Amino acid sequence: MQKSTGWAILLLMLVIKPAASQSPQNPFEIPAAAVPRGKIDDLVFARLKMLGVQPAHPCSDAVFIHRVYLDVIGTLPGEQEAKDFLSDRDPNKRGALIDRLLGREEFADYWAMKWSDLLRVKSEFPVNLWPNAVQAYHRWIRTAIKQNMPYDQFVREILTASGSNFRVPAVNFYRAVRKKEPKVIAQAVALTFMGARAEKWPEARWSDMAAFFSQIAYKSTAEWKEEIVIWSEGSAQKNLSNAGFPDGKPARILPDRDPREIFADWLIDPKNPWFTRNIANRVWSWLLGRGIIHEPDDIRPDNQPVNPELLSCLEQELIQSHYDLKSLYRLILNSETYQLSSIPASDSATAESNFAFYPLRRLEAEVLIDALDQITGTTEQYSSAIPEPFTFIPENRRSIALADASITSPFFETFGRPPRDTGLELERNNAPTAAQRLHMLNSSHIERKIEQGPRLLALLKQPGGGQALINDLYLTILSRYPTDAEVKKAAAYYQTYTGNKREALVDIVWALINGAEFICRH
Amino acid sequence: MISRREVICRTFYGAAGLLLADSLCLHAQNAARPAKAKSVIQIWMWGGPAHLDMFDPKPAAGYDYCGPLDKPIPTNVNGIVISELLPLLAKQADKYSIIRSMTHGVNAHETASYIVQTGRMPGGRDTFPGVGSVVSLFKGYNAGYNGLIPPYIVLTQLQGRFSEAGFLGSRYKPFATGGDPAQSRFAVEGVVSQNISDKRQQDRRELLHKMDTLGQVIGNNSLLQAFTRTEEEAYGLILGDSGKVFDLSLEKNEMRDRYGRNTFGQSCLAARRLVENGIPFITINSQGWDTHRQHFQTMRQKLPQMDQGMSALLEDLSDRGLLESTILWWSGEFGRTPRIQWEAPWNGGRGHWGDVFSAVVAGGGFKGGHIVGASDERGEQVKERPVYPVDLIGSMYMLLGIDPDEKLPHPDGLQVHVMPDASEGVKMGGLLKEIL
Repeated sequence: MQKSTGWAILLLMLVIKPAASQSPQNPFEIPAAAVPRGKIDDLVFARLKMLGVQPAHPCSDAVFIHRVYLDVIGTLPGEQEAKDFLSDRDPNKRGALIDRLLGREEFADYWAMKWSDLLRVKSEFPVNLWPNAVQAYHRWIRTAIKQNMPYDQFVREILTASGSNFRVPAVNFYRAVRKKEPKVIAQAVALTFMGARAEKWPEARWSDMAAFFSQIAYKSTAEWKEEIVIWSEGSAQKNLSNAGFPDGKPARILPDRDPREIFADWLIDPKNPWFTRNIANRVWSWLLGRGIIHEPDDIRPDNQPVNPELLSCLEQELIQSHYDLKSLYRLILNSETYQLSSIPASDSATAESNFAFYPLRRLEAEVLIDALDQITGTTEQYSSAIPEPFTFIPENRRSIALADASITSPFFETFGRPPRDTGLELERNNAPTAAQRLHMLNSSHIERKIEQGPRLLALLKQPGGGQALINDLYLTILSRYPTDAEVKKAAAYYQTYTGNKREALVDIVWALINGAEFICRH
Repeated sequence: MISRREVICRTFYGAAGLLLADSLCLHAQNAARPAKAKSVIQIWMWGGPAHLDMFDPKPAAGYDYCGPLDKPIPTNVNGIVISELLPLLAKQADKYSIIRSMTHGVNAHETASYIVQTGRMPGGRDTFPGVGSVVSLFKGYNAGYNGLIPPYIVLTQLQGRFSEAGFLGSRYKPFATGGDPAQSRFAVEGVVSQNISDKRQQDRRELLHKMDTLGQVIGNNSLLQAFTRTEEEAYGLILGDSGKVFDLSLEKNEMRDRYGRNTFGQSCLAARRLVENGIPFITINSQGWDTHRQHFQTMRQKLPQMDQGMSALLEDLSDRGLLESTILWWSGEFGRTPRIQWEAPWNGGRGHWGDVFSAVVAGGGFKGGHIVGASDERGEQVKERPVYPVDLIGSMYMLLGIDPDEKLPHPDGLQVHVMPDASEGVKMGGLLKEIL
């Protein structure tokens, strides 16, 4: 009841001090023209100019912090983090924030999730890694990301690993396939590290590449589900005479050398036509929502980059930095192109495919549920009794940090989390469906969070109410202050609400988490 | 010249209306023969129902096999005898047939569930879709189904991994209602909210639009359009008429009583309402049949509910003329150990038994009043006419008009068909010709 005073004052204030406020009515962009400020921007803007496409305005600080948290660490900024950033006067605060985020633990969680999608990290079939190996493999991937292992080394370690699936986790790459056959393995290597679909190649190219993987042997041990993956010299030796690189170069196979090493050395050479291109294009697509070659894992001669100079520029950067992925992230995140607003100045397919604005994208299932948990102070419970051994997951484990795609939830199923069966980028389905809307708008799962979540309850109980409360809700959920118009609408809803006033506050929270601004990266 | 197809068409549909007949015929040819069944209600006995205590009693096997349930009762079909705890179903035996020789030999829940619901053996290259997903593909989306309610509904909890859409993907997953139909308000997750009045729903929706600053600024955008479209669909269910299919209070009290005022009974009633609304596949996931302990106590408590709900469903479907187009499929993943485990820690329980178990089918073209196959004198092994899960599934597909040779869409473009090919090595006994 003390709250009503705050609300009454607020309404009064709005009457006395009408539209002449400082908050802009469009809180999403800076009303200035976007200006190129580096090599990437020069190439993007030049292309846009040539096409006669107007780029969007730069995004506001509020949009930037919200976006860059979600994009870099898969996590919503906290209320205080948003407040501090917005009040920071340092002109270089965006760059400084990017550096901080690249060093956060959640960076490793979030990108380990992404890589686990591509590397098909799951216990059950069709890949059948089983729980122990899943945990070991995921930890290895996460550590590599956390330590910023040079990407060429990351790939080489995966491709040349030998040993137990528990002790040399990278060998699980060769187990995480539908069938442990050379052609299926070659297909997975081509897809993951070359961004290419071997099944669209001429048959000979595919089978010549498969020969490099024809000497892999799998051996079980006395330990439950342990498997040794090794180079079994001499097995299927005759296949090796066919071995050939996908660029047509003949391979020199030495009898005392694991052919996977010969392949890996060919692959990670900076001059390789697929290797650098694939990862540069993927990183761009992860941050900008679309590949320069699109789909990013379908590189082929008849699928040309929309901006070839831009792609070569990214490739050169990677080579010069010795495959330092964080440095590529940093370069892209600091560009004006990445920091454009999501409100198109010219709305066309050409504008979209040439990066004239930041595209709206629905949050991934894991990121969305983590964000809801963070706002409300609630948790999800995950566990798996089957297959053995039982996987226990602490209650505070965030969804982006789950190792195993076989551990799932109705929320994940509804929101298109990938089953990690194929390693295709498209396996993650972020398209909105009616079932998702039902879940967000009206499920007991979400309703319980917003009605009973301890963090939200504490927020709603704060003395004062009114503007301070609305500010807190906006900062918590959308990482920005509300506009006057929004405050007015919220206050009006609260004042005219005829039932229990607490319900009105819950409804305001409900409206904010159901808006496109919350559900989509923007 | 008259083509072969025309001959078939004329035979099927007569000479009149050739154009119409032609389009019907394409479908008929494709599906081998015209579909009799439009919907399936699967009563899934999660955990494995004890065949000896339900549809395959063995009073002569003695106390170690029958325990206290040794007085099976006759039914309205001469010669068919079922459990004494199923007196209402005994009066409906002319409507269903009992398969007493189901077998797959697997005693693990997940694997057995997978086999019974896909007809395939697990462990191969793929996770196959269950019958519900296949039906929602061919009788739902591909057949032009465009209702707001998904074509594959589970009352009330998902059956769990190993048993659903497989490689067909998320679109073909079932919609699990959650909630409890026996409550005064059946709180279907996302559709019906216990504590939010329609007025507040409307207020909220209005507020949502008012507060949608980003949407207002961006305007035209394909993702936002999808948001609007899905929101409209969602509110069509939350506030519109489509969601009323779940509102059991629209049924007369005596109808609700007839089905039994418990979760199983009211799920049967909800399933009938869904069939009336054209939903092609409904699963009633009845849990609690994994009776390692407290077996006979559980039978005495649960079987009367099953008896009432399932018999009411059969009778009601039949009264409404829906039984001829609706398959009722009752089964669990396996049966239970015929010899009672009197020893500790089971103290009169039954374990898992995949060597032989029962299934019941009715409607949609299945004949009633028959027994298919038989188990031996103690219900331990198949005595005659082994029926594998794939045989039953294939028979249902035939009645539904789903072509067994139709390709299933596979993410890697592999050639896989509705029914397993010979190369897959699945054991088969053949279609259930006796009751088709």
